[in-house]
Amino acid sequence: MATYQLNVNGQRKQVNVDPSTPLLWVLREELKMTGTKYGCGISACGACTVHVDGIATRSCVVPVSLIGDRSIVTIEAMAQDPVGRAVQEAWVDKDVVQCGYCQSGQIMSAVALLKATPKPTDTNIEESMGGNLCRCATYVRIREAIKSASQQLS
Amino acid sequence: MLPNHRLVGRVFLFIGIVLVTWSVLSTFGAGRNQTSAADARLVDGLAAWQQVYSVLTSPRCINCHTATNYPQQGDDRHRHFANVIRGPAGKGVPGLNCASCHQETNADSTGVPGGHNWHLAPLSMRWQDSSDQPLASAAVCRALTDRAKNNGLDAPALLKHNETEPLVLWAWNPGRRPDGTMRTLPAISHSEFVAATRVWVEAGTPCPPGK
Repeated sequence: MATYQLNVNGQRKQVNVDPSTPLLWVLREELKMTGTKYGCGISACGACTVHVDGIATRSCVVPVSLIGDRSIVTIEAMAQDPVGRAVQEAWVDKDVVQCGYCQSGQIMSAVALLKATPKPTDTNIEESMGGNLCRCATYVRIREAIKSASQQLS
Repeated sequence: MLPNHRLVGRVFLFIGIVLVTWSVLSTFGAGRNQTSAADARLVDGLAAWQQVYSVLTSPRCINCHTATNYPQQGDDRHRHFANVIRGPAGKGVPGLNCASCHQETNADSTGVPGGHNWHLAPLSMRWQDSSDQPLASAAVCRALTDRAKNNGLDAPALLKHNETEPLVLWAWNPGRRPDGTMRTLPAISHSEFVAATRVWVEAGTPCPPGK
């Protein structure tokens, strides 16, 4: 066990966990931030996506010991982020969600895309969102919502 | 009996012939020795290159020197999972970067390899054809020694790259697979790789003939 000081959504959080514990389980089990979901556990589905220093990161495969002092941003902070808020509003407006399980990861990847590429093409969207799987196959509505958020932000 | 002055003249003529012959022979012999030394260095250099090539085409190296828009993984060099693509800078795309999973070091508890500045090699340094087959030794050698393709590295810089570049060093510390087993290593050690690179560089970075 080791003690880590984490910067999560702008707040200092202290956890005492095994160094090999994936960030996902630190968020969910130690910090009780359950908005980030466990999907596959091998970074194949994207449900666990958070931002680490702005990079969309698969929290299920990153041990907490490798985070260091980088800032972690989760779905819980998206309503306070201008891009995050626009994406969430577009998600509601386009009625993207079906079962909803993968959507926090989808939104985190979409926000990372729009922050780097404010006017994404269909190809940009397909490439950037290609690592986020949705078993309800809401992909068409996800693409519409990203374009809608992009227009809203411009 | 010959008169004395004629005898002295013949002796000097003989000595002169001997000296000229010795000089010519010795010069010819030295040239042959120099040629032999150059030939030997070339042979050694080409042999060393083949050792270097064996490392470059090992899965730990060539999986990120693809000719396609995606990296590979595993000893069978299959396409990287999760729809990962190259991206404009070889580091993936926003939302799906290499750094989305690959950190500064290996994550043995989750089986994800890591190293500083994890990225794909540029397409100019592709060591495969479009069918994912390794290029021939001569083709890789020519690409590696072309400063228009290799980020401007001269021969000493190539040696330094192989000695110190973190992602090169990673090939000998590739960590564990998700199932806990160790990833395989290149056929020779890093010190042998560097030694072979040095021999190749000191021989003038010769490339084998052929395509």
